Amino acid sequence: MTSRTLSNLIVVCALGLGAGVASAQEAEAQLVIRSHKFEPAEITVPAGKKVKLVIDNQDATAEEFESYELNREKVVPPKGKITLFVGPLKPGRYPFFGDFHKDTAQGVLIAK
Amino acid sequence: MAGIAVLVFREVLEAALVVSVVFAATRGVPGRERWIGAGIAAGVLGAVAVALSAGLIAEAAAGMGQELFNASVLFAAVAMIAWHAVWMATHGKEIAMQMHALGAEVSHGRRPLAALLIVVALAVLREGSEVVLFLFAQAAGGSGWIDIAGGIALGIAGGVATGFALYVGLLRIPIRHFFTATNWLLLLLAAGMASQAARFLVQADLLPSLGSRLWDTSGLLSERSLLGQTLHALIGYDARPAGVQVVFYIVTGALIAIGMRVWGKPRKRITGAA
Repeated sequence: MTSRTLSNLIVVCALGLGAGVASAQEAEAQLVIRSHKFEPAEITVPAGKKVKLVIDNQDATAEEFESYELNREKVVPPKGKITLFVGPLKPGRYPFFGDFHKDTAQGVLIAK
Repeated sequence: MAGIAVLVFREVLEAALVVSVVFAATRGVPGRERWIGAGIAAGVLGAVAVALSAGLIAEAAAGMGQELFNASVLFAAVAMIAWHAVWMATHGKEIAMQMHALGAEVSHGRRPLAALLIVVALAVLREGSEVVLFLFAQAAGGSGWIDIAGGIALGIAGGVATGFALYVGLLRIPIRHFFTATNWLLLLLAAGMASQAARFLVQADLLPSLGSRLWDTSGLLSERSLLGQTLHALIGYDARPAGVQVVFYIVTGALIAIGMRVWGKPRKRITGAA
């Protein structure tokens, strides 16, 4: 029983932290996936700000947006649209790719 | 085929490493193969179900369903590991002593094997659902079935072989220290899962990042490398963690360690020593 209390405690701590969220000023950027390519393949966002990235997959197959540099991964369903948040980023280049179609789905996010 | 094999390998590897740790941690438990096998089977079924509902999950919770789903799965696994770790801290030494005396026929009863079955199932579900989605995309993209079947076979074989290598390596730990080692390994596994869960919640903007990139050790050890990915799966190595991930890692590890200390005192020993 006591060990279950511990497990519950961990979950509660996690949720408690989640509750204390303030939404900061953020920028928004849009990407489209078409024929297993990102459009635009190069996208510029402001540095030092949280960025809301919206990805619209117009293909009939799923894609997985992934970036080691941004430390992000998210499945984009077929004909689906997803949102994810990155940053605030230091100025620089942050490559990303589609893990399901790596040959063609390559792009880079530039923070300025 | 190579591209398919590489992706399948990477996902299978992460699940296989978790299964190996669980397999090691249940050493000497009769019927553990059935439990773990059931966990893998449940995970595979779950993976297909999750892949089929990828669109629904993505749209849920105002577009943040995926992050919430992944974080919940990870936290559930963390809770199960914590439960098991605390239980084992109480009984691990007895089990090791019995194993020494009696061979393999020990350690049934109240042990929360179901907790570890769930951990296995959730690991397979998470990694497996990405494989299934990827394979759907490949099939729809016109890859031949020979390429797909070959890629799956090679990827699974490679991932399972790596997991088996880890298991064999763990078996070299002397039995006196064996369950202490597997318990700490489970603790680090849980801490790493908590950190990943926190990353998903930051990605969904449900948690503050507390520093979007606390450090960058990708130059030292990239997560793309086999070692980097192995450490990522096993102990939650992250080359570019957000601050809150580190907080979750440390808090989870500390809570489980405290739990093992507080509830894990072998009562028999205290009376025996008097």
